[in-house]
Amino acid sequence: MEELTAVLIGLLTACAVYLMLARNVLRFIFGLVLISNAANLVIFLGGRLTAGAPPLIESGQTAPPPGVANALPQALVLTAIVIGFGLFAFALILMFRAHATLGTLDSEEMRLAEPRPDLRAVDEADAMPADAEDPMPATDEAATDEASGAAR
Amino acid sequence: MSWLLAAPLIAPFLTAVAAFLLRFTPLGHWVSVGGMALQLVAAGALMAVVLDQGVVAAQMGGWPAPFGITLVADRLSAVMVVITAITGLAVAVYALGDVTRRMEELGYHALFNILIGGVTGAFLTGDLFNLYVWFEVMLISSFGLLILGGRPEQIDGAIKYVTLNLVSTILFLSGIGLLYGMTGTLNMADLAVRVPEVADQPLVTVVAMLFMVAFGVKAAVFPLFFWLPASYHTPAFAVSAVFAGLLTKVGVYALIRMFTLVFTGDVAFTHTVLLWVAGLTMVTGVLGAAAQMEVRRILSFHIVSQIGYMILGLALMTPLAIAGAVFYLVHHIIVKANLFLIAGVIDQAAGSNELKRIGGLYKAAPLLGLLFLIPAFSLAGFPPLSGFWAKYVLIAAALEVEAWVIAGIALVTGLLTIYSMTKIWGEAFWPAHPAGIEPSLSAIPRARRLSLMLPIAALAGLTLLIGFLPGPFVAFAEASAAELLDPSGYVAAVLGRAP
Repeated sequence: MEELTAVLIGLLTACAVYLMLARNVLRFIFGLVLISNAANLVIFLGGRLTAGAPPLIESGQTAPPPGVANALPQALVLTAIVIGFGLFAFALILMFRAHATLGTLDSEEMRLAEPRPDLRAVDEADAMPADAEDPMPATDEAATDEASGAAR
Repeated sequence: MSWLLAAPLIAPFLTAVAAFLLRFTPLGHWVSVGGMALQLVAAGALMAVVLDQGVVAAQMGGWPAPFGITLVADRLSAVMVVITAITGLAVAVYALGDVTRRMEELGYHALFNILIGGVTGAFLTGDLFNLYVWFEVMLISSFGLLILGGRPEQIDGAIKYVTLNLVSTILFLSGIGLLYGMTGTLNMADLAVRVPEVADQPLVTVVAMLFMVAFGVKAAVFPLFFWLPASYHTPAFAVSAVFAGLLTKVGVYALIRMFTLVFTGDVAFTHTVLLWVAGLTMVTGVLGAAAQMEVRRILSFHIVSQIGYMILGLALMTPLAIAGAVFYLVHHIIVKANLFLIAGVIDQAAGSNELKRIGGLYKAAPLLGLLFLIPAFSLAGFPPLSGFWAKYVLIAAALEVEAWVIAGIALVTGLLTIYSMTKIWGEAFWPAHPAGIEPSLSAIPRARRLSLMLPIAALAGLTLLIGFLPGPFVAFAEASAAELLDPSGYVAAVLGRAP
């Protein structure tokens, strides 16, 4: 059982790394979900996997009998799942906003915060650098969405 | 004792609740300032007790040490909490003049206080999984602060920041799982006892590298720093100041803690890796800064290069070097936060942060020029400012162990830092404004101007104080290094018995 889970963790991590190497940030997020589950399984496995041995403490004893699964990693995993869920929800909304604002999910094209120097012709008279230097194709869409973003 | 350790955590979280409830009223930002002042008092009290009694520890919920969650403060933790409170107070005052009404209504002050609480928690906790939770508290509030306002550049920067930091937390989590599987404990003091007893030491080193990468992303070391210069110049100035001052330093703190307390089994390997990382971080950061022409982007790359110095102190692992790293941490947080605050005033006075678009600031605001020169020269390491002593201690430590190459790199990095600082001076302050505008500080309303300039002056004063009176600070750093290199006091305070 433990060997099988270890193989599963490896498989999940491999798929996750494959997805995370994609340029598309949405695929990256899916990879992140897989690898965070792999990490959760690592912790889960750290507390042993046993069948048919409930971690119950006999009356009069202070510790459960040897050989049962450790309950602490399971509690840790619960915490990690909750936190991971919150972060994933945030990241997903961020991707949604990015698609609406920047008009792309390709990380190569997200150069708004770091414009390429060869595209950055500094216009001395212009006071609004962000709009003038916008290398993105969807400038008007970005402008309208900026307004809706402020209302969020 | 447990109240003393919990107070610097409770203050920001209570303030966050109050600030959130009052976010539509003008009272909201004053609550934030008051909360930070309270935090500073609590941190000061903790520092006084730590100076008096040495390491103090408290078990939350009354569970004894290896089972419950421990809060523990040694000299390093205490000084980090104090410096967090000082930076927090300075930024909270600055925010009065920088953060817009709109951002306040979206909950800026609540997020800011949660961030400070998360940072403080990371410094105080004595439990590895609890450290992970504090990292998450810090991360999620920093995500919120980063995109507050929702400009397209912010979203763009946030994607890189969020994705790479999430990868780091997952590596951290895997490391925790593996370490628990090997030792059966997550209490850091208990780990310090149990990790050397693990039979398979090479496996411990593998896990140590997992932690090094995870914390390395947070600390923004080479080659894991790319999220930092991609995002730190996009949010509001108050936000980037607190990010620049505190967030990467939590990563450095975690590295120092884990690699002096727990992972000391194979120093020859792990700390050699750290030494390479330190050198490459210094060089790439400072060269990256040389290529930039925007104030905050220059400063962002300098964060990276300065992190290299702190990692250098950890990598050398001698008492003097660790003392240098601790001193550098304190000096750097003050200086870096201050420079970002000044960048905000530059933006308000001259209308931009692009060096090619601004100028004439020295003529318009000579006081701002002077206040810029103090942290800028301190960053570069001019005597007698705080940065000089920090670099002096570290380079002396490197020469002591005859690490000539890294000492040379540290010196050259200092020189190149001067280049970047003179670039800002030579473009923003010295020449006339390219568009013929006369930038002026007096255009900013008086009350707002005061709340912008007061924290800058206070932090500059602190830089001068450390610079002119380095003795007590260096002595403190040396005492802290002695504690870190001999963790028996730490372990005894947490576990209630000698190791």
